[in-house]
Amino acid sequence: MSTDAIPAAVASRVPGQRSRGIARTLKYVLLIIFALVVLLPAYVLFVTSFKGLGDATPANAWKLPQVWETAGWSRAWEQLGPALGRTFAMVIPASIISSVLGSMNGFVLSKWRFPGADIVFTLILFGMFIPYQAVMVPLVQLMGNLGVPSGVPSLIVLHVVYGLPITTLIFRNYYAGVPVELVEAARVDGAGMLRTYASIILPISAPAFVVVLMWQFTSAWNDYLFALFFSTSRNGPVTIALNFLASGQLQDYSASMAGALIASVPTLIIYILLGRYFVGGLMAGSVKG
Amino acid sequence: MSSTVPSAVKRPRRPKGRIGGHGWVAPVLLILPTVIVIGVFVYGLIGSNIHTSLQDRHNIGPSQGFAGLDNYRDLFTDDDFIYSLRNLLLYTATFLVGTLCLGFLWAWLLERKARGESLFRAIYLFPMAVSFVASGVVWRWLLNNAEGNRASGLNRLFGSLHLDFLQNPWWTDERWGILAIAVPAIWQLSGYVMALFLAGFRGIPEELREAARIDGASEWQLYRHVIFPQLSPVALSAIIIIGHMSLKVFDLIMAIAGQTNYTTQVPATQMWIEFTRGDYAKSAAIGTILLLIVAILIVPYLVSTYRQERRR
Repeated sequence: MSTDAIPAAVASRVPGQRSRGIARTLKYVLLIIFALVVLLPAYVLFVTSFKGLGDATPANAWKLPQVWETAGWSRAWEQLGPALGRTFAMVIPASIISSVLGSMNGFVLSKWRFPGADIVFTLILFGMFIPYQAVMVPLVQLMGNLGVPSGVPSLIVLHVVYGLPITTLIFRNYYAGVPVELVEAARVDGAGMLRTYASIILPISAPAFVVVLMWQFTSAWNDYLFALFFSTSRNGPVTIALNFLASGQLQDYSASMAGALIASVPTLIIYILLGRYFVGGLMAGSVKG
Repeated sequence: MSSTVPSAVKRPRRPKGRIGGHGWVAPVLLILPTVIVIGVFVYGLIGSNIHTSLQDRHNIGPSQGFAGLDNYRDLFTDDDFIYSLRNLLLYTATFLVGTLCLGFLWAWLLERKARGESLFRAIYLFPMAVSFVASGVVWRWLLNNAEGNRASGLNRLFGSLHLDFLQNPWWTDERWGILAIAVPAIWQLSGYVMALFLAGFRGIPEELREAARIDGASEWQLYRHVIFPQLSPVALSAIIIIGHMSLKVFDLIMAIAGQTNYTTQVPATQMWIEFTRGDYAKSAAIGTILLLIVAILIVPYLVSTYRQERRR
């Protein structure tokens, strides 16, 4: 390249630019095609949810509704409404409690350490990766013995407990980036651990809280496994109700698709509003490990 | 380690932490609830589950006695379970390759200031916000196995695009049906892998690229010797995260094919079915096997993370 750089650069200026232009066009064509493919299921969900029962036939599968009907939406709402309320009642406390605990753990594991903190952290972290099937049989028994009622109360406990590893991880990595001097200064001023946490660490934790709350909200909202073992279609969250609606003998496609959209609205709103923070936090949580 | 200093006369020497100087009782107390809870709900229950898996306990009643490894032997001589394991392996391989390739490609396309980057990023990432149950609703429709005139979903789309040869029975195929379940999984998580790679790309200092270019590296050499090595930690994280998710696959299969469908059977669905039958020992044994499979992937990763932390 560099030996004949000057003449080549002059001579090939125009073709070079053209090939760069082609590469750019190709890039955008690819990006748009991929975007359309990714959006395809969203199109199907949206369009089918507005179809009448007679309209959801194979022949009209990919077409717009002949008549835009909302009957599917009201059938879905009838079935999912109560479950939606229960899901909020479960997800909000579960995500707040596990975030607060995770924040305190993260602080202790990064800025107010004790001997063996690393091994404790690693042992906690392992809990994030276990397949819950490996604890499920005795877990059902334990929850029964503890007398935690099926449905919302059980699911709050489980999402708090099994959420602790990831909330701890994210907060720990976040606090690891906080300058030691801040904590040292507080200590020199005679502040104890809790004072330091409350007056120094907590006020700068908002970005990490956003990420952790989002993560916990989404994973508890979307959970199906715990819900299946620890609730019924009468006291369970929206994933259970949706699967119940969608797997009925009569394939009510418009109601199922409307239901899938209803069940996804809260997490989608969160993603759209706060997606940037979420991506940033995922990186903090996963790239650094 | 410094606590061996006798503490009767002098105050015990404070342990040398990174910050050093403060006592360790308070932080231990603060983290103790988590340690206890994780100790019981993770390690205690894993132990209890292994114990159950070694019992002769195949109905709701109490154990009929110790069974040794019988339950495991039964599973590994059962063609159904071997088929489940094979399905899981195929699914994991497809899911990993698919998300890594697509995720890398998307990140690569977006890496250099693409116009509308944030819009594309949002579109590629949004499926991640949706639950597997909700996406299962639409994918069951898309992966409808009817062909020809009765075709619906993707088969219909292929038909109307004159791509009839692409029509296939999807998840109902006995040999490759499980791969159809990997399609929605790839759809849902490629965006996440893209986000990881994008962060990896952005983490490569511009000077490094410049230096390579000045040294006369071709575009391929630049990737081969500068970019790929810099991205390998990200790729490893992605493999760990996607790999462990993949081994736990359950929701998607339940939502698309249902729990009793043979062609998409994996250990997790079998575990659930055995549980509903009251065969707790078999259910627990399947859970333990899943744990061992995940551990093969995770434990080396955790050990290396731990070593890195120690070195810091």
